[in-house]
Formats: sequence, C-alpha cells, structure tokens
Amino acid sequence: MRTPAGWRRSAFVALAGLLVIVGTACAPDAPQDYINYQKGPIAEEADRLWDVTFAIAVAIFFIVELLLIYTIVRFRARPDREAKQFHGNTKVEVILTVIPALILAGLAVPTVRTIFDLSSEPDDALQIKVTARQFWWEYEYEPEGTEDPLVTANEMHIPVDTPVFLTLEGDDVIHSFWVPLLAGKQDVVPGRTNHMTIEADEPGVYRGQCTEYCGLSHANMRLRVIAHPQDEFDEWRDDQSEAADDPRDALAAEGEELFLEGECINCHAVQGTDAQARTGPDLTHFASRETFAGAMFENTTENLRQWLDDPPAMKPGAKMPDYGLTTQEIDALVAYLQSLE
Amino acid sequence: MATAAVQPRRSLFARPTATSGFWGWVTTVDHKKIGILYGVTAFIFFILGGLEAIALRVQLAQPDMQAFGTEAATAELYNQFFTMHGVTMIFLVVMPFGVALMNFFIPLMIGARDVAFPRLNALSYWIFLFGGIFLYSSFFLGGAPDGGWFGYAPLSRIQPTTGMDFYAVGLQILGIASLLGAVNFIVTIINMRAPGMTLMRMPVFIWMSLVVSFLLLFAMPIIAVALFLLMFDRLFGGVFFDPAAGGDPLLWQHLFWLFGHPEVYILILPAMGIVSEVIPTFSRKPLFGYAAIVFAGAAIGFMGWGVWAHHMFVVGLGPVATSAFALSTMFIAVPTGVKIFNWLGTMWGGSLKFTTPMLFAIGFVAMFVIGGLSGVSHAIVPHDQQQTDTYYIVAHFHYVLFGGAMFGIMAGLYYWWPKVFGRMLSEKLGKFHFWLWFIGFNLTFAPMHILGLQGMPRRIYTYPEGMGWDWWNFIMTIGSFVIAFSVLVFLANVAISRKRGEEAVDDPWDARTLEWAIPSPPPEHNFDDVPVVEARDDWWHKKYAKRPTGEPARVYAGGANGESGGGGIHLPSPSYFPVIAAFGILVMGYGVIFYLPAVALGALISLVGFFGWVLEPSVSDEVGHH
Repeated sequence: MRTPAGWRRSAFVALAGLLVIVGTACAPDAPQDYINYQKGPIAEEADRLWDVTFAIAVAIFFIVELLLIYTIVRFRARPDREAKQFHGNTKVEVILTVIPALILAGLAVPTVRTIFDLSSEPDDALQIKVTARQFWWEYEYEPEGTEDPLVTANEMHIPVDTPVFLTLEGDDVIHSFWVPLLAGKQDVVPGRTNHMTIEADEPGVYRGQCTEYCGLSHANMRLRVIAHPQDEFDEWRDDQSEAADDPRDALAAEGEELFLEGECINCHAVQGTDAQARTGPDLTHFASRETFAGAMFENTTENLRQWLDDPPAMKPGAKMPDYGLTTQEIDALVAYLQSLE
Repeated sequence: MATAAVQPRRSLFARPTATSGFWGWVTTVDHKKIGILYGVTAFIFFILGGLEAIALRVQLAQPDMQAFGTEAATAELYNQFFTMHGVTMIFLVVMPFGVALMNFFIPLMIGARDVAFPRLNALSYWIFLFGGIFLYSSFFLGGAPDGGWFGYAPLSRIQPTTGMDFYAVGLQILGIASLLGAVNFIVTIINMRAPGMTLMRMPVFIWMSLVVSFLLLFAMPIIAVALFLLMFDRLFGGVFFDPAAGGDPLLWQHLFWLFGHPEVYILILPAMGIVSEVIPTFSRKPLFGYAAIVFAGAAIGFMGWGVWAHHMFVVGLGPVATSAFALSTMFIAVPTGVKIFNWLGTMWGGSLKFTTPMLFAIGFVAMFVIGGLSGVSHAIVPHDQQQTDTYYIVAHFHYVLFGGAMFGIMAGLYYWWPKVFGRMLSEKLGKFHFWLWFIGFNLTFAPMHILGLQGMPRRIYTYPEGMGWDWWNFIMTIGSFVIAFSVLVFLANVAISRKRGEEAVDDPWDARTLEWAIPSPPPEHNFDDVPVVEARDDWWHKKYAKRPTGEPARVYAGGANGESGGGGIHLPSPSYFPVIAAFGILVMGYGVIFYLPAVALGALISLVGFFGWVLEPSVSDEVGHH
C-alpha cells in the first residue's frame, strides 16, 4: 500500500548519490578543489586516507540505507500480518557492535601513523615565517647569512619539489593558513608558534585563504602560493632581496615624497628608503605582485586608485583608513607604487 | 472563592487565581502549560533563525553579491546573521524544543502529577524567554553578536560593537535557565516515578531526558566560567584571553568545547529518545534491544566528555593529543551505530504504519546515518585538516542537528500534538510537510559536502567567480526556500487543526506509554489515580495482555510520594514570583552592559521575587484542590 513512499525515497537517494559523483567529477575551474586535485606529497598523503575512509563510508551508507528501504517495504502494515513481538537478539546486537568497532580500529592505525609522519620537520626545508594579521599575510624568508631578510606579502613564492617549513605567528586574532591543493590547514594563534609543511610538485599558482573566522573581512583574507622551478625561484629571490628602485619619473618621485612624508610611512616599509614600519605590508617590490590587499584585487591602475581613495569601502574592515587623498595625490602614489618592481 | 478563615502567612500580592488568559499563562506553574510556552517560544525563534538562514543563502546565491546594501554593510550583517543563526538554532530552538517536550511529557510518562519543583520550572522558562529577548534586542542596540556562535577569543574580546557583550551575558542568562531545568528534571525522574516504574521500565525518552539533564548539569558551569572570563575581558579590562598580556586564546577553546561537545549530545539525545518512542508505536512492536539503547545513550553521555579537542585539530595540539582525540572520536561512533541498528531491528518484523510522525522518525534514521558517517571522516585527522572550517563541516552538523535533531523534534510534535492540544493534525498536510522538508533539507545541505571538498570555507560572506562553487550555492539557496515553504505548510496544518481539526481520542495511535492512558488534552492534575506500573510499555500491556492482575490498582491522590490518600489532589498554585525573579535577571543583563548601577536594581527585583517566593506557600488555601 505504501510502496510509493519507499520507492520515492530510494529513487531520491540514488539521484542524490549520482549528483554527488557527477558534481565532484566535472569541476573544470576549481582552484581550491582538494578532493580531485592534489599538487604535492602532503596533500596526497591526506587524500590517500580519505580515499579509504570514503569508500568504507559509501559502502556503509548503501548497506544501511538499502536495509532501511527494504525494511520499510517488506514490513509495511498489511491486513494479513501481525507484528512479531520480540525484544532483541543478543547475537545480532553483539555482531553489529563489534563490526563497526573493528572497522574503526582499522582506520585508526593509518590515521595515527600519518599524524606523526606529518608532524615532523623535514630535512633541508626552506624556512618561511608567516605572520597573519587582519586581513593579510606577511612572509619573511629567512635566508642563511643575509642581514636583511626578504619580506613580502600575500603572495608566497616557493620552489617546486622542496619542502617548505612554515613558522606561523600572529598578533591580533586567530587565523588559519590554508592552501588546499598543497596541504591541510594550520591555525595561526596569537601568543603561540605553530608549524606546518607545504610542498608543490609542479609549478603553478595555488589559491588559498584564511579559514578561521577573523572578523569583518575574513572572506577577503586570501592568499596565493606561486611555485617555480628552482632556478626561477632563485632569480626571484635575488630580485626581491634588493632594495627598491628609484622612482622612474617626476610623478613617481612626487609619489615617493608623499609616501615618505605623509601617512604611508607609519605602517609600510620600502627597503632602501626611510620607510621601515611593519604594521602593514612591505611594499618594496609591490609592482611585481599580481594582487594586493590580501590577494583580493588584481594589481591594476584602476583598482589601486579605487583602493587609495577609500580602502574600507573596497574591503570592509581594512585597517588602512580613508586619508581623503586628492586625485592628484592618488595619481602620484599610484605612479610610485607601480615603479616598485 | 470564599476567603479562608485561617491565613497563617501573608503574601506580598494577592495570590493570582487566573488559570487562563494572559495572567493565567504568566503565573502558571503547570508543567503542561510551561511546556507549551517553551514550545511556542522555541518555534518563534525557529522562524527568526530560519529567516537569518534565508538571508545568508540569498547573499551566497551568487558570487560577489551585495545583498544587504554596500560591501561593508553586507559583511557586517552577514557576520551578525551567521552568528545569530547558530546561537538561535542551538540555544533558542533545539534545546528549548527538547525542554518543551520534556516538560510536558516527563510527568505524564512516569505517572506523576507535575515536576518536582513547579515554580522553579516557571522561573526556568521566564529566564529562558528573557534571555532570548535580551539576545535579540542587540539588533536594535548597536548590532548583534558577530564573533561566530563559538565566539573564539581573542576575536570575541575585541569585536568593536556591543554585540559580543550581548553574547557573553545573554548565553549566561540562558545557561541559568538550562541549569534550573536540569536539576528539576533529574529530581523529577529519580523521585516521582509512579509505583512500579523501575529505572529499566522507563520509556527511552525519559532515559534520554535523564542523560541530557546530567550533561547540562555538568556542562553549563563550564561555559558559565568561560563566559564570565569573556565578560571580564570585554567589560572590565580583563586579560584572560589577551596573548599580549600573557592570556591564552586556547583556554577559551578548551573551555568552550568541553561544554560544546556534550552540548552536541544535549541537542541530539532528546531526538533519539523521541524516535525510540515513535518507531515502536508505529511498528507495533517493542523497542529492539531496549537495554542496549539505554546503555548506548549513557555511553554517549560519558564518552561525549572525552572528544572535545576534535574541534581543535588544527590549533597545534601536537601529535600525541591529536591522536588520542582522534581515537576517542572514532569510538564514540560505536554506541551511535548501535542505536541505528536497534531502530532498524525495531522495524524488522513489525507492521509499519507510515503516519507523519513515523515518516519524520524514519527520515531521522536515514539522515542521521549520513551525518554519522561524515562525522567519522572528521576523525581522520590529516584529512580533517583539509575539511575543517569548510562547508563539509557545515554539511555534517546540519545532517546531525537538522537531519537529526529537527527531524526528531518534528516527529515528536506530530506524535504528541493530539495529546497536547486535543486535536489531530491533518495527515495529508503532514505528509506534504514531510516530503517538502525532506527534499528541501537535502537540496540545501547535501551540496555543502561537495562545496566543502571543493575548498569553500565556512563563514565567508562572499566568494569570487571562478572557484567552481556557483552552481551548488544557487541550488542550496533554492533548497532553503523549499524548507521555508514546508514550515508554512506546517503552520497551515496547525492553524487548520486549531480551528476545525478532528478531536483527538485518548490514544489515537494505539501507543505504548502512560501518557496515552489519560484524556487528550490531559486534565490539570494528569492522573485521577496514579497508575501502578507492571511492565515496560505498561499501557500497551494493559491493553493487550489481560493478566489476572490487569485491573488498575487504585492509588489515592498524591500516592506516588507516599502522601496519605483522601485529602484531594494538591497541585501547586499559580505564582507571580518566578516571572518577577526572572525579570530581575534581565535587568541585571542590561545593567552589566550599559549602566552598572542597574545591576543593583535588577538584583533587588530578583531578591523581591525570591523572598516573595519563599514566603508564599506552594499551595494556596483557596485554590488547588480538585
């Protein structure tokens, strides 16, 4: 009598299952899709555990749901049958308790092993210190021997096939560093020092973002990791370690003057000038970056103008206030920033 | 009523006598009325929390939306809405719905005439109501809480609006209500069972209520401590969570989740209890493995204290602690699985009637399995470090709390509606409600699994194009409207039932437990004669197994507690004092945030309430005899 209900349910479950499979399989443009793409050994190691767990979970899902549907159809009320009055079945109950426990024990062994594997510091890793702030990232490369460490923001450049050991610190609220295609996430907790390792095995731009809610612009605290072949990376690092270029024309020179005598110098650093503050992003090689403001905006003239005009309107909660700059001042500052290659 | 000749004690006011109308509800100490008040209030908050959810879904329907005006206004309101959605659904909807059903049905199911402390029960309700109003008033007083429902420090201590002040103080107020309720239910269940109702004859809903009450009793003080620390940080210059002054942000997380994980079981166990009543009734069979289900519930209650750090797998606990909590998290799945198999075993061999409550109960089992399986996948720590704080987690806890708790609560509402209101709900509309709700739920929350695995973090008010998230977000927004529509169907069902619903007989479902032995709705004193219980599912056995001793033994008024018979039934009389005492706490709440001297005023009001309460006899001389 009630079969339609049962069939509708099973049809729906099957459909939902199909959608899940189709939905994950064809994601052509999914830069943070860690379930279909892993671009380094650390992300792969986590994914291997997932593959096993997922297969078991899907199997259990179908067994239980099909059993439920079978029960619903088979034991629906019919005039010719009475319900059997039994209270339990010890043997069945024990078996159904022990089997899940064994499955879980089986999952526990590789899980614990991988937890310990991933927690150790790899040999010969590149060391980068990450500082998370509302709502952007600072990276400090700690090269052996140079007195001025390389400091950059939001876009992290790394060499491929080299483990990168990150030291994570913060001083305002909790953030979380996540580049899904390269590794799982790690919280940045003020007052504590955390570590994680990332590694890319092919060159490319990997997107990521803050994943611990950190205030008004949590959604806009994004980041990129750009992986290069080793020689390209070395070149990048040499370029970035140099002081800033001199302004290339009169407008840019005017911009530099504004920068150094106005408010900018209070928060930003440009190596080779008097600007040495670390409250905001280091801008020494600003023009070489593809994005700015927490990897949120393309580094274009139009975006820069809009930003300098009123930062919090463009990115809610941005710590850089609207300084009421004139169009002329904005032109000059944009010219200066664009000369910092 | 004539004034009594002897009046040994004076009351501050004339004692309230109304048993209906506005004052009848405000001064009631009847557990059934208080249960209804809890349920109606929870439902209103359910609508509010639902509207917040709809607002979130509208903003996320497409990339780069600005649904609430400017970019800044959108970010601000979105952050307030997601915080309040979580706070509302947990503290103002699922918990009080559970309490509503416990209030109404614990005494009925154990054969008692009221809870142990009727006025305390009223106090608990009024504190809860005022706490909810207090939290929602924040929208008009500078902005609602915007630090997420788990309010992580140090963000929660530095958010600039008064929103998080309301969070710290408001949850504290709600916590008082929960604690009072817990004490009341524990004492009621332990002391007021009818003769013969041994522990292992108690309905599973009563067992789960008992476990939940103990969880509340031990969990609420922990969050009370955390909230006091936060309150001191925000309002009185404290530095408990300020790393610059040597405070520790992780202290908040440990305290919060040591409360927060038992809280998860506080939310789900009542629903499990409901389902354990509904499935046997409509399978026409006793529960399969009663003892196993009871022990599994108690085991979950214990193990629930040992898994809290699985909310913290990426804060840097180190591999040893992480592994320990991964193991405990995996093994709490075992008792949960036991329950699923027992519900299946109950249906097996039965004669299943697919009424609306049964559909919701089966929906609970089907959906909870999904939530349970995704839960196990969080214990795989290296991969949890990918999943955590993404929509995969959001999917998981909605499958547990909506697919689980809310489905269970809906099963309970449809199941017990005739008993509470004396009228049937329409089965036709009920089934329409179920299917819309079921489809809307899966449309809204199933895609969250996919989005989470495709790297969409939770709690982001916006996302750019080109992330591959657009399609599912749009589908989810449609799903949320389907759920909203299903709730309208439920409301229509209620309205029609109130107006011209079929009158309910005492036992419309041919059910198994004591509440179905008395009229629908029950008389104020519940039982004319306190029943003598001879078996688990006693009512069923009285109906179907006519033993030589089958005649109900007559136990006189108040007999459950050994009072001697013959004096009539003593029911506690209505009282103004619980609502006065609760009101003082509300005044104190505003005082702490806006004007400290008002705290003294609030304390004074509460004190008046408590003194009046103490000086007033629980049963007035004029009313209360039946």
